[in-house]
Amino acid sequence: MSEQLYYEDVVPGSEIAPLVKQPTTHQLAMWSEVSGDFNPIHYDKGFAQSRGLPGVIIPGQLAGCFLGQLVTDWMGEEGRLWKLACNYRETNFPDETVTCKALVRKKYVEGEEYCVECSLWVENAKGRKTVSGKAIVILPSRERTRPTR
Amino acid sequence: MVGNSSIIDGLKARIGDEWQAGVYPVERETVQRFIRALGDPNPRWQNDEYAHPTFVVSLGFDRIEQELAKDRSATLLHGSTELECYQPVRVGDTLTVSAKILDIRERPGKMGKTAFVTFKLNYMNQRQELIATCRQMLISY
Repeated sequence: MSEQLYYEDVVPGSEIAPLVKQPTTHQLAMWSEVSGDFNPIHYDKGFAQSRGLPGVIIPGQLAGCFLGQLVTDWMGEEGRLWKLACNYRETNFPDETVTCKALVRKKYVEGEEYCVECSLWVENAKGRKTVSGKAIVILPSRERTRPTR
Repeated sequence: MVGNSSIIDGLKARIGDEWQAGVYPVERETVQRFIRALGDPNPRWQNDEYAHPTFVVSLGFDRIEQELAKDRSATLLHGSTELECYQPVRVGDTLTVSAKILDIRERPGKMGKTAFVTFKLNYMNQRQELIATCRQMLISY
């Protein structure tokens, strides 16, 4: 278990340690089962090609959840993911490495919550941003201990 | 190429209507299966109490897909997702998902007419507390 991140430790402009993922067709099958997304573009190469795609593609939402994983790893046990927004700009393909990255944009106190906003993105092996997004997390503060869930 | 214009036209007539898209009991196994599919090894999620906050995106999409791609000939791509989480999802909860189509835009594309469908899912627990919302845009062609 990594050390807890506190609001006071967060430096706007700093990067979050990247998360590297290597989705496979096996993972896509598992994702279809849990998400109920059985669109054939995620498992049928011939169908995907007939629809103008080079091959089967990673569901955008799975790539978005990779960004969620990056953020929840970073924020620690007492952090809360409040908002996660993703735009799927380009497709990702199984067996290609994707790297999830994030940059702290700002931090602010809203009501009783200590909020941190990050911009997030997924980069493919060629260095292209295939998903871009934003997250807001609520962190514990050293200055004021608040009950955590 | 089989288009799905008639499906889209049918959905346009339902913009703004809210319907119940499913009731999902949250079981430990469901939550763990999600974590395995995501491939998240963080020990934090190996627990019997609560789910990863992105777990809810796995609920309700199947019902939307049934509406948009009834005959499996339509292609659905995710355009965007905006998830807001208000409370953790706990094992033992029963989540009721309601869906509402907010907007449909169409324009010609390389593969025929392309529809951009924006909808919102609300996730309520068994105490009628709003747990999360998820606004999504799907591209259908």
